[in-house]
Amino acid sequence: MSLILSTAPHIRTPHSTQRLMGNVLISLLPCVAAGIYFFGWAAALVLAVSTASAVLAEFVWQKLTHKTVRINDLSAAVTGLLIGLVVTPKAPWWMVMIASFFAIIIVKQLFGGLGDNFLNPALTARAVLLASWPAIMTTHVTPVDAVTSATPLAGYSATTMDLLLGKVPGAIGETCKIAILIGLAYLLITRTIRWEIPVFVVGSAAVMSLLLGMDVLTTVLSGGLLFGAVYMATDYVTSPMKRWSTLVYSIGVGVMIVLIRKFGAYPEGVTYAIMLMNICAPLFDRMFPDRKLYGHKKEAKA
Amino acid sequence: MEQKKSLGRIFMNGILTENPTFRLVLGCCPTMAVTTSAINGAGMGLAATFVLLFSNMVISAMRKVIPDKVRIPSFIVIICTFVTIVQLVLQAYVPSLYDSLGVFIPLIVVNCIILGRAEAFASKNPVVDSAVDGLGMGLGFTLSLTLIGCIRELIGSGSIFGIDLLGAAYQPMLLCILPAGGFLIFGLLLGIINFVGSRRRKAA
Repeated sequence: MSLILSTAPHIRTPHSTQRLMGNVLISLLPCVAAGIYFFGWAAALVLAVSTASAVLAEFVWQKLTHKTVRINDLSAAVTGLLIGLVVTPKAPWWMVMIASFFAIIIVKQLFGGLGDNFLNPALTARAVLLASWPAIMTTHVTPVDAVTSATPLAGYSATTMDLLLGKVPGAIGETCKIAILIGLAYLLITRTIRWEIPVFVVGSAAVMSLLLGMDVLTTVLSGGLLFGAVYMATDYVTSPMKRWSTLVYSIGVGVMIVLIRKFGAYPEGVTYAIMLMNICAPLFDRMFPDRKLYGHKKEAKA
Repeated sequence: MEQKKSLGRIFMNGILTENPTFRLVLGCCPTMAVTTSAINGAGMGLAATFVLLFSNMVISAMRKVIPDKVRIPSFIVIICTFVTIVQLVLQAYVPSLYDSLGVFIPLIVVNCIILGRAEAFASKNPVVDSAVDGLGMGLGFTLSLTLIGCIRELIGSGSIFGIDLLGAAYQPMLLCILPAGGFLIFGLLLGIINFVGSRRRKAA
């Protein structure tokens, strides 16, 4: 037995990056299954391309820059899969590939890799696609009978049941709300994410839509709100670290989503709302005092 | 020290060593705003070069007459004169370029490269040196803007100088001709140039 001398902390949690990212991947499986069920093999192809190219981009970049290759921590795979889930099933493969490369290389690695990116890579990739090829990104396919139409947010009428099950046009992973809720339950049970962010994002969006006289249930169940609240806003790197700042952040996301939907030029605002709050997250953290360690209280100066 | 520099050195200084866009990061406002196509970038650059050349010459010639306390207003008046000339000439002979550059032509007056060279170089150096400096800086600015314009136009519209290069099957990435793409490409180019520069310095 060798004697190991090291500084604190000595106790390790089992929550390694690989384990957490693995949990996220597992929790995404219902969404993946629902996406492939509703949109067919085209969706499967999109998901495969996005995940593979994200991992490839991470591998190539870390090789080229002579860094330790860390594709085993699965964070690139999560980013890739999330990108696939937030694009339309009609997306051509090259578009998905560009999105993954952009997310990994420009948004994540150029800013210093995992933990140093100030924007959610998957969401930023979606924003890039939205700005670059708006015609392709806003053409959605109605599941099952594969008719092209707009999202429910742009004048498509759907029953609440359809919204819940996912029989509406939209991005691959965002339509089936049941699958997202199953994923959320898994994430909460395994303590992969804290409950505050999804609950307060959805809650504040609901309150905000009530105040503005919109239909609360439709607001919550349509578009990417639920998916964004569960998988995008909860990103460890780009959400605040303190409890109170997390609260401000989540409410900010929810309120911004509704404001953009109601008054903005776009029918959907989840992407931009979360990105905006990502940028603000470090500021929110600074707004609140640091937690006093060891129960020590600073005496107030006379 | 400055006076002993050869004219060639002064000229290359503006194009490489102190390239206004990529080394000094001056004049970013027109850089971002007009480089949506190569022709706009080149047009903006040449207009600024003209102003820079003549304002440097005139300011240098008058450097002993202008009182120190009112030098900045005097520089601005001289620069304004040449900007007005450029604006009227462009409006008369290349109305399409005039339209696409829009408000950024009158804004050449407040371009920090021009005032910067007036203050840092022309007001301390003889006329010929100042003319060469203005030309070098102006061409450095022009080359940088044209480079950014080419890249943005190629990715964002699939062409360079209006000549279609990538064919009809190419789906242009609109982001590159939007402001966000401008910042991205400018940042990436700056990064690449700094990277190459630091490598060279290490090798030397």
